[in-house]
Amino acid sequence: MKFFDKTEWSLLYALPVLIILLFVLPTWLVNYVQVSMGMGLVALAVMIQMRAGLVSFGQGLYFCIGGYTAGMASKFWNISDIFVIFAIAIVATLVVAGVLGFLLRRYREIFFAMLTLAVSMILFALLSSSHELGSTDGFNLPQASYLGWRPEGETAGATLFILTAILTLACAILINRFLRGPIGKIIEAIRENELRVEYLGASAHVSVHILYMVAAVISAIGGVLWAMALGHVTPEMANWTTSGQFVFIVILAGTGNVFAPLIGTLILEVLRVYAVEISPNTWQMILGTVMLLTIVFLPKGLWSLFEGFVKRLSSKEPAA
Amino acid sequence: MSVILETRGLEKTFDAVVAAHNINISIDAAEVIGVIGSNGAGKTTFVNMVTGYLTPSSGEILFHGKDIAGMPTRDITQMGICRSFQIPQLFPELTVLDNLLIALTIAHRGKKGWLTPAVDQALTDKAMQILSRFKIEEHADKLITTLAQGVRKLVDIAMATVPEPSLLFLDEPTSGVSAEEKMSFMATLIDALQATDTAVLFIEHDMELIEAFAPRCIAFYEGTILADGDTAGVLDDPKVREFVIGSEFHRKATSDVSDIQKQAEG
Repeated sequence: MKFFDKTEWSLLYALPVLIILLFVLPTWLVNYVQVSMGMGLVALAVMIQMRAGLVSFGQGLYFCIGGYTAGMASKFWNISDIFVIFAIAIVATLVVAGVLGFLLRRYREIFFAMLTLAVSMILFALLSSSHELGSTDGFNLPQASYLGWRPEGETAGATLFILTAILTLACAILINRFLRGPIGKIIEAIRENELRVEYLGASAHVSVHILYMVAAVISAIGGVLWAMALGHVTPEMANWTTSGQFVFIVILAGTGNVFAPLIGTLILEVLRVYAVEISPNTWQMILGTVMLLTIVFLPKGLWSLFEGFVKRLSSKEPAA
Repeated sequence: MSVILETRGLEKTFDAVVAAHNINISIDAAEVIGVIGSNGAGKTTFVNMVTGYLTPSSGEILFHGKDIAGMPTRDITQMGICRSFQIPQLFPELTVLDNLLIALTIAHRGKKGWLTPAVDQALTDKAMQILSRFKIEEHADKLITTLAQGVRKLVDIAMATVPEPSLLFLDEPTSGVSAEEKMSFMATLIDALQATDTAVLFIEHDMELIEAFAPRCIAFYEGTILADGDTAGVLDDPKVREFVIGSEFHRKATSDVSDIQKQAEG
């Protein structure tokens, strides 16, 4: 049996492409790509929950936990090693998601969406009123070190970009594996018919709990990468507008493949740049129109366009 | 024959409504039992209690000697009691094969890691084997939403057999199947299930099917068991004729029943 499937090979091929882009693209675009990868991981987390029919309107919670862990580790404990920061962020996320999961796994549809949003807004309110953490302004992060090595200038940016690319693609490969694995199949079945899942001998609650924790961890990794890239964190990371943006990305991109939310994030970033340039005061209208058109004409998102294109291409190939 | 399931004094009440009262049933391994009774007689309530969907108000449900009353559905399934539904409970946006693959994935999930692909050639072959046992392999690639009710029923039952249960409940397996197809449908079903040595208890309103396929019959009436015994005796019971099947029903002679079975199998 082949170890990697087509998606996983594509993700592996994407790494050298991204590294080449680092040296070819202008700096501003490299920054967008880097920021998009961090946010793309959170969109990926929203996407895997949508596979189970669960819409999280509070994924910003873990995005924020990741970002603030990175900031607080350096601010309060003088830790700047990125690998230690990741370890702390993952442990903190597992604890929070593990506890919250016991509550959230019991809810579906709008109740799940609203509860995730509520919990995220509690963190937003706490951070906004915390003077030690810079209140609504947030605070800055120092540059990361890597197992004792502290690069400077352009090397620092390039190192962080390459690490971001490696981690984003590795997470996407692992999530692809997860979705193809037993729990991935069970969560797909939960979306279709939860009663039957229970009558086949699996616990829908436990599967949703695991899914919620996996989604939380990759969101936190995305949060650390995003915060490190921008060098700044604010409570806005936990705000519902940020979480809504991740849902927007998944609706725009679709849930058909782990690639979709990653590419969707980049498309949204580029779209936003051009929307602001075209119409600085009403750019949100442009995004809203794009969303409406996507829902009406591409209910399975932009990825369905790509899938259709690949299908047409393969049907044109002569039979062997 | 060894007893696999025994219920003792099983009761279920919903406020003032008594849905099941003093249900005492024992089921042997590999036995085929037909359950009859009008709507609201307590048949499905009984199945729901044994399979964990409802918690009994009182009484015991002993499966291989262990009391399973009130246990979660999934644990009861894992112990070896499965069921199909009056309205098939499937994954409607997926194909027949995918439905079976999900059932098999759940049954074999302990053997695979989280990051190991759930579906491989061996699992697909096994799914196709199950489909061919129920003679629905030609529907493997069709979406559930495109299937006729009879095929959906067979998929539902095929999925219920995946955990290899020792006891299987079928809730009105032929409802929605046309009158002409019922006999052959049931013959296919019983053939497929007898190959697995599973005890089968099926709820049915068609007395001809009960006569043809169930050596033992249990009649429910207003939440209690009215009669339990060999099918001929139960269907001849005056109380059963008065309260359950109606006096106009005439039981077929044994030779006629054999003919029906042969016709259906042919």
